[in-house]
Amino acid sequence: MLKLIVCMKQVPKVSELPWDARTGTLKRELAAGMMNPACKHALEAALQLKHQWGGRITAVTMGPPAAREILHEAVAMGADGGVLLSDPRMAGADTDVTSFTLARAIEQTCPDFDLVLCGCYTTDSETAQVGPQLAQELDVPGVAYVEHLEIDGRTLCMRREADDFLETLEMDLPGLVTITTRRYTPRYVSMSGLQDAFGEVEIQTLDCDALGLDPVSVGMKASPTRIHKVYSAVAQKENVVLKGSPKKVVDALFERFGDRIGAALGKDLNPHEHAAVDGREDND
Amino acid sequence: MTESGKNIWVFGDYRNYFQNRVTLQLLSRARDLAPALDAEVCAVILGHELEEYVGEYIAHGAQTVYVMDDPVLKDYNVERYADLTARLAAVHAPGILLVGATDFGREFAPVLAKRLKTGLTADCIDLGIDEDGLLVQTAPSFGGNLIADIVTPDARPQMATVRPGTFQEIPHDDTARGRVVRLPLPEDLPVPRVRLISAQRLPQRTQCLEEADVVICGGRGMGTRAKFKKLFDLARLMEGEVGATRPVVHAKWAGHDALVGQAGRHVRPKILFSFGISGAIQHTAALSGADFIIAVNKNPHATMMKMADVAVVADASQVCSALIRELKARIRE
Ligand SMILES: Cc1cc2nc3c(=O)[nH]c(=O)nc-3n(C[C@H](O)[C@H](O)[C@H](O)COP(=O)(O)OP(=O)(O)OC[C@H]3O[C@@H](n4cnc5c(N)ncnc54)[C@H](O)[C@@H]3O)c2cc1C
Repeated sequence: MLKLIVCMKQVPKVSELPWDARTGTLKRELAAGMMNPACKHALEAALQLKHQWGGRITAVTMGPPAAREILHEAVAMGADGGVLLSDPRMAGADTDVTSFTLARAIEQTCPDFDLVLCGCYTTDSETAQVGPQLAQELDVPGVAYVEHLEIDGRTLCMRREADDFLETLEMDLPGLVTITTRRYTPRYVSMSGLQDAFGEVEIQTLDCDALGLDPVSVGMKASPTRIHKVYSAVAQKENVVLKGSPKKVVDALFERFGDRIGAALGKDLNPHEHAAVDGREDND
Repeated sequence: MTESGKNIWVFGDYRNYFQNRVTLQLLSRARDLAPALDAEVCAVILGHELEEYVGEYIAHGAQTVYVMDDPVLKDYNVERYADLTARLAAVHAPGILLVGATDFGREFAPVLAKRLKTGLTADCIDLGIDEDGLLVQTAPSFGGNLIADIVTPDARPQMATVRPGTFQEIPHDDTARGRVVRLPLPEDLPVPRVRLISAQRLPQRTQCLEEADVVICGGRGMGTRAKFKKLFDLARLMEGEVGATRPVVHAKWAGHDALVGQAGRHVRPKILFSFGISGAIQHTAALSGADFIIAVNKNPHATMMKMADVAVVADASQVCSALIRELKARIRE
């Protein structure tokens, strides 16, 4: 029977984040959460392994209390239990400290795991670093960007596409993989299934004390990286709006941005300047 | 020159040299940053039959190249490469260590950072030095809607991965001279726990879309396959590449190779045209490297329009046709 762990993260649902242009901060509390897409694919991969070999799936997340929702969703999809690591002191962790915290929780709640599956990256921070770093923390072999998994005894066989290579890799269990969104299509969960999942399975919540972690070893303070400044990429944009007939907008586009488009193309797109240059040459 | 914990190291990711010259781009940026730190720019290269690359790194800005050349290092292996690089870094104490954000780099760098007990910033789109001499690592988040400046105040080296195409390489200079330090393979090389069974270079997977200066993306709002085809004409005129959203790929108006987004390719053009695209995060996540975005959508409130430098409120296919006509008139051969 396989002991599978799926690490997942709750990410904001909206692509257009509520950004307060006046104060220059993010109104994160307004962005409703969802299960990060790649994590959903990782859970699906785990479910398929469980279907084939039998086993138990534990979904693990670190986040604010609201992140509990994605654990219930994981249970609705077929996970057998959930562990929520939640403690204000854990907030603001970078990938180094996140992987450290996850590892300690896994060692405590499921020390004899066979395979840890993570999404290959999250839509909010996109680092793709937690998976490989978690493998280091757990001291097991790890492979990123996996799209296909097979188990043969204690050997895990993996396929992935990376840097224009199609690779087949192998490792012995226990190990860790990060799963892409390419191949494992997550199963559908009905509303009623989701509701049931809120009743049946207990979600274990752990804080620093329960994990026996010194608060100085977690969260923002323990993180080697610091965020200096965050700014909206959107706000830096020129945000020019052009309206009218296709001919009119295209004329306006060249009038205002012809040089910029020309520079990208490596071509001079301004006919008037051409005429002037030609004229000067004629005069010589 | 003796090392004093301030030098800038660039990891030599040479496997994709012909598609992806990110190592050369990083060497060039490292040369820009070095004077402020009074640092030397070093490349580290592990593998087999590396002479060509060693020469190339020197010709593109490396002042010292550490080379470990041995048949057992022929295949890229995260564990082994991280172990060897970490040992080298422990001896020479670089102040900064940069890795290209290739797939390999993004798997290798986090492992290396753990070994070195230091921080790591992913997928940077800019690097600078602040008044305290710290490396400022600029990285996009939230699908490029937000940008963060990140520093590593205490841990060393300061590590970042950087997207290919972010920096311009220094032109090849044959007269450049550099120091080459050849290192023997250590005897206690670890046996990798991950075994490569086979690696096959994928046929005709072009990097064109990723490398193109002009990218023309089309979405469902182009209307029909026939209208979508016009984008290819526009791309030919602009010597650019066509990208597509998922519904377009599903409808087979464009091949899977053209998919731009989380599940597809990341682009970083000087100009991005976006025709009839709503701007779902799964698509826009791959656009944060674009310098200048021109979006055409009949809905002025579409997310894509808010992300754009220029939002053109009009029919996508008609604007495409008008643009083709105008460009034909303006481009003089
Ligand atoms: C796990 C997952 C992964 C995904 N990965 C990707 C990915 O990698 N890449 C990707 O692109 N998508 C991906 N998607 C899908 C993504 O969520 C969106 O559905 C998709 O990007 C929308 O494509 P679209 O903008 O072309 O279509 P729509 O969202 O249908 O938008 C069409 C737009 O065209 C405009 N329009 C309509 N008619 C006209 C007209 N005549 N003229 C001008 N404008 C017009 C509309 O106003 C609208 O804004 C993924 C989804 C999931 C769940």
